[in-house]
Amino acid sequence: MLSGLANGGIYASVALALVMIYQATHHVNFAQGEMAMFSTYIAWAMIDAGFPYWAAFGLTLVFSFMAGVAIERIIVRPVERAPVLTIVGVFIGLLLILNSLAGWIFSYTIKSFPSPFPSTAWYGSKYMSSHEVGMIVVTLTVLILVFIFFRFTPLGLAMRAAAQNPVSSRLVGIRVGWMLAFGWGLAGAIGAVAGMMAAPIVYLDPNMMSGILLYGFAGALLGGINNPWGAALGGFFVGFLENIAGAYVVGTELKLSVALAIIVGVLVFKPAGLFGPTLVARV
Amino acid sequence: MTAILELCNVDAAYGATQILEAVDLAVEARGITTLLGANGAGKTTTLRAICNMMVRVSGEIRFDGERIDGKATEEIVRLGVAHVPDGRGTFLDLTVEENLRIGAYTRRDKRIAADLDQLYGYFPCLKERRRQQAGTLSGGEQQMLAISRALMLRPKLLLLDELSFGLAPLVVQEIFRILHTINRNEGVSMLLVEQNANIALELADHAYLIETGRIVMAGPTAIIACEDTVRRAYLGY
Repeated sequence: MLSGLANGGIYASVALALVMIYQATHHVNFAQGEMAMFSTYIAWAMIDAGFPYWAAFGLTLVFSFMAGVAIERIIVRPVERAPVLTIVGVFIGLLLILNSLAGWIFSYTIKSFPSPFPSTAWYGSKYMSSHEVGMIVVTLTVLILVFIFFRFTPLGLAMRAAAQNPVSSRLVGIRVGWMLAFGWGLAGAIGAVAGMMAAPIVYLDPNMMSGILLYGFAGALLGGINNPWGAALGGFFVGFLENIAGAYVVGTELKLSVALAIIVGVLVFKPAGLFGPTLVARV
Repeated sequence: MTAILELCNVDAAYGATQILEAVDLAVEARGITTLLGANGAGKTTTLRAICNMMVRVSGEIRFDGERIDGKATEEIVRLGVAHVPDGRGTFLDLTVEENLRIGAYTRRDKRIAADLDQLYGYFPCLKERRRQQAGTLSGGEQQMLAISRALMLRPKLLLLDELSFGLAPLVVQEIFRILHTINRNEGVSMLLVEQNANIALELADHAYLIETGRIVMAGPTAIIACEDTVRRAYLGY
């Protein structure tokens, strides 16, 4: 159950990254997982080249942020006003390109990825490894930092405003285009954290994020795709549920179908998610 | 008196539909100019043309001596042009105070908190509701919020689009009284677009009359208000 929480942290991060782009553009970034996977490979390459873990971690975040910004500016911007199907096509194209690129550069053989935390059990606990505890700490820290950024900084406020009402945002002098690019950058960096935290468990290969993206998406939908904090909470909940269901209900082989069941269930019964928009409308 | 805003031979179009034709208009520094006209005459389009928002513009627009036509909306705003748009443009999901803070987004000075207090002084109802979601405000309160948000920019020029639309006459009077005070105390120039000619002519020092995209009359309000055609068409006596 506690290790469910650790996986939940990863799903929460992915969910948050998805929501960040969804709120700004109303599109689900299907390439989110592959972006995170690619970032993880960058981290692996740096560690392999002799960088200390946390230096590689930090540099990977910077790289992922800039890559996110670049993807928005170069690939997404030109299709901004295109029909939904075109954009979905672009995202799927991006997914395939990143996947093949990673395979081509780093080969498809599965690699192990180091954990910054000791490999022993956590204070002799039977239930949790130190890495799992570390994962929870790292992902929670990221979530809290993101929360503080959006809640208390002028740039965070401007990004929320730009997502909500681009026309009005321009009228107060916000460069809306750059806010969208920053959103992609942040999503890229948050995804990278998820990738680097997941890699020691799922191992590093170009398809490592496919299952995680599905769980992250389920978490985002469950919590409410319009509510970042709901989505993060949804991510934790999915991690928890996955573990319980995997252990006691459907067994490990069918675990992934739990995510699908959640997605379908939420879309059918409560499309806004558990913590969907709490906007009060004037009647 | 020097003009802070000058439009010279401005055309504007939405796609293939031309709305404004050869519009000449000026707003004096520290003055209030009003642009009057019926529905669909091109009043809102004139304001949008100034901010290069949603319309295609040709002609020359100068703000504070500098050409601004062709610049991006956000860059024009950064020069000191605040726009209270048609429909108010409230950020409905943000709180009242966040709406105001976002208005000061481009500023880097330390007087933002003091300005916030000053605006709460002008509009006490906003202070009471500062933590409330802006979408829950009444129409009049949202209009006050929109004006306050625009003023948080510390603009040199305020563009006001149909403030009176859909508001109770008492609320409109209150808002116009405060605009008068702000103009006198802060020296903010204003371009006021209105259908409600009575109240606009009372506040403004200069007036323009627009009909189907052309300026048909211009001059000091004292003279315009006495014109027979204006009286009959807009003032109703």
